[in-house]
Amino acid sequence: MSNEKEKLIENEKINVEEILKDLDEYKPKRRGWHWREPYNELVGEFKYSEISKPLKKSKALPAARGFNNIDPQPIQVITSEIASGRFEDDIRRMRMAAWHGADHIMVIRTAGQSHYDGLIEGTPEGIGGVPITRKEVRATRKALDLIEEEVGREINFHSYVSGVAGPDIAVMFAEEGVNGAHQDPQYNVLYRNINMIRSFVDAAVAKRIMAFADMLQIDGAHNANATAMKGYNVLPELMVQHAINAKYSEMVGMKKENISLSTVPPTAPPAPCLKLDLPYAVALRKIFKDYKMRAQMNTKYMESCTREATVTHVLNILISKLTSADIQSTITPDEGRNVPWHYNSIHAINTAKQALLGMDGLKEMVELKDEGYLPNKVREITERAVLFLEEIIQVGGYFKAVEEGFFVDSGMYPERNGDGIARKIDKGVATDTVVPRDKDYFAPVCAHFGYNHIPEEYSIDKPCEAIEGCTLCKHEKIQYIDELDPNDNVYKRMEKVKDDGAIKPEVEWKKDGIVTINMFIPEDERTSEAAALEIAKNMNLLDPEVIHKQVLQDSEGTYVEVKGKVGFSINKSELKVPEKKKILSDETMREFVKNHPVRIVAATVGEDEHSVGLREIIDIKHGGIEKYGIDCVYLGTSCPVEKLIDAAIETKAQAILASTIITHNDVHIKNMQKLNNLCIEKGVRDKIILVSGGTQVTDEIAKANGMDVGFGRGSHGNDVASFIVETLQKRLEE
Amino acid sequence: MKREDDFEKRREHIKDLTNEELYNRFWSLTEEIVKPMVDLAYNHTSPSIERSVLLRMGFTSIEASEIVKQGSKWKLLGKGMGHVVLKYADIKNINYMEAGRELAEGKGWDKVSALIGGALNE
Repeated sequence: MSNEKEKLIENEKINVEEILKDLDEYKPKRRGWHWREPYNELVGEFKYSEISKPLKKSKALPAARGFNNIDPQPIQVITSEIASGRFEDDIRRMRMAAWHGADHIMVIRTAGQSHYDGLIEGTPEGIGGVPITRKEVRATRKALDLIEEEVGREINFHSYVSGVAGPDIAVMFAEEGVNGAHQDPQYNVLYRNINMIRSFVDAAVAKRIMAFADMLQIDGAHNANATAMKGYNVLPELMVQHAINAKYSEMVGMKKENISLSTVPPTAPPAPCLKLDLPYAVALRKIFKDYKMRAQMNTKYMESCTREATVTHVLNILISKLTSADIQSTITPDEGRNVPWHYNSIHAINTAKQALLGMDGLKEMVELKDEGYLPNKVREITERAVLFLEEIIQVGGYFKAVEEGFFVDSGMYPERNGDGIARKIDKGVATDTVVPRDKDYFAPVCAHFGYNHIPEEYSIDKPCEAIEGCTLCKHEKIQYIDELDPNDNVYKRMEKVKDDGAIKPEVEWKKDGIVTINMFIPEDERTSEAAALEIAKNMNLLDPEVIHKQVLQDSEGTYVEVKGKVGFSINKSELKVPEKKKILSDETMREFVKNHPVRIVAATVGEDEHSVGLREIIDIKHGGIEKYGIDCVYLGTSCPVEKLIDAAIETKAQAILASTIITHNDVHIKNMQKLNNLCIEKGVRDKIILVSGGTQVTDEIAKANGMDVGFGRGSHGNDVASFIVETLQKRLEE
Repeated sequence: MKREDDFEKRREHIKDLTNEELYNRFWSLTEEIVKPMVDLAYNHTSPSIERSVLLRMGFTSIEASEIVKQGSKWKLLGKGMGHVVLKYADIKNINYMEAGRELAEGKGWDKVSALIGGALNE
């Protein structure tokens, strides 16, 4: 591949076929985790307290339109969990996520990989995640290398070093430039029923390999919150789980700054969540002050309402801001209803970005109390955790404590509810597979943990001298396997959805055809649900399914969201896309106005107080039409149509700019008609250019209702000025 | 086990500790719990650990898996699978990758076992 071909082009799709080529020779650009660099300059006109270096290319928040499209980047690394089961589709979503500000891409593994004793090879399709294989990892890293180049910020690639093949996976990750991973032997023991001896012995080697590759490690303690019957009662235990993994990692050679806790605010409204979550967050940051914090969002209490999930997640970010977070993880608002969809991944990233920016500098203005409820609660949680540790020792250590069901018990320790997860030391997956290392045990490789009898002829720091270099030192020694399954692989999948000029909507996989429709049905819950499905069928949606419903009142009605598939596609070559209006150059417009003075009158019409959009069109500061020398007479908000016309006549204005945001009962359309009719009545219609603007206005609607032009969402001063100048030019020519 | 919340009773001996003392106690207890597990890991190995060694030596996951299966059968995991591969390469005077592939096919285990098996259970 030439260098030019290796670059992504803004207006072109990422070429997955190209990424899959020559993978056998691909070597990742770098190793190790990347933190964002602090940034102290102004962004737009604002001084921020906690932001990082801006991106070269990005997509700003929707409201950035009112702020000259600035896109400040929070200081926290922002996570996006992307794993639809097909990595070739995930790669495209990763690019979208990076453009919105995600720099930690977490790839969830397919169901069952934990129990797979060895590496999986090739690119089979996954369930609830992606089978993590060398090819999948290498292709994804290669794509991310291109994407990070495009947006101008390093992207951390992350997956899981767990299950019965932890050390195998750790080696592959270190070789392939993976930057972070979950690693926590307790997770294997409690949730995957993998034998505890095997889990801890394996974990030591896996962790040492991760340390060698400078990977960031995230633990698995947050799962106790998601699993326990009462998630908010496991706080002392969570601290114990964090501590065991953090200390174990440190003792096998991981640097403290590469060890991150996976913290989660344990409750959600309607519980008084800050009263429970904040003391816990403070206690955690006090005890674990030397380690990093990855703030996860609550998933335990997520239902199918995306609005509710978003509010909970903003409250979670408030906790991050009141305490600290090095990584702000995001959970998509649709996780309670399906495997996350493309646009919900972006919504989740934007929820984090929006909330973090909105709360910039919070701790400079408010501080947490150092007496009363908060510190008392912090102390209590810490004491309970200390007592938990004491009892572990008392019963004979960690393994004994697990056997006695200490963990994931829903009682607030020392209270015990008897519903913990108990495992036996001689039971579970891969029992009796661990053996003692003999006196002459020798592993001729780097990054190995534990006893190693290195023959005298080789240096102690470099056991791989015995084999003239291991794969961690010599990348070319890695053997690459492409595909093992002739049917279940990426080539076969991509063949089925080849680009053929047909457009189909998608949420997860290319051409999946899924759309949602939202409706209010004025019936009770069950009737509404049944009716909604019938409506979807009548709309020719295939496989319709209710994904969310909410009773607004038992008999008045129900809100229903239905998903379904469209059974057709749109032919791109036959599609009529309205041409984008060409606009005159700034210079041409200035020159014209200098020679032919132009005046306009402007106002928001009817009962409309929304003046921001109009001010932007007019004001020189926002690049409005004033900058071309056009004289603007601004009549303010809620201006009667009559007054606007009279002012135009009086000031000899050539154009009227009428802005309407409010559109209920089609008041914007009625105002357009009234403006046109009154101008005709007063005999000035042919003299005055009528311009209508507003978020719901389109050129089509405006013209159909007597205007000369309409400007909708995304219009700027230059669009309006260009239309006026061009019209006046034509009139002069006539 | 079910137990009522007896926090007030249990905390008697720690309730007067300063926050700093409590912090130190938290971490020294943690270390006491973790230390024996680190020692266990230091002196033991497993099939996945040995596969990870073979991967680092440049074998494919399939080759590594076969070598470890054979090694477990011959009870030679405790020697280190990389070690066994190197020993077999010495015996046969061949390149270690070639040696590993032969072992993956089940060849040569009797020879290598006869040479280093003696150290077992030392």
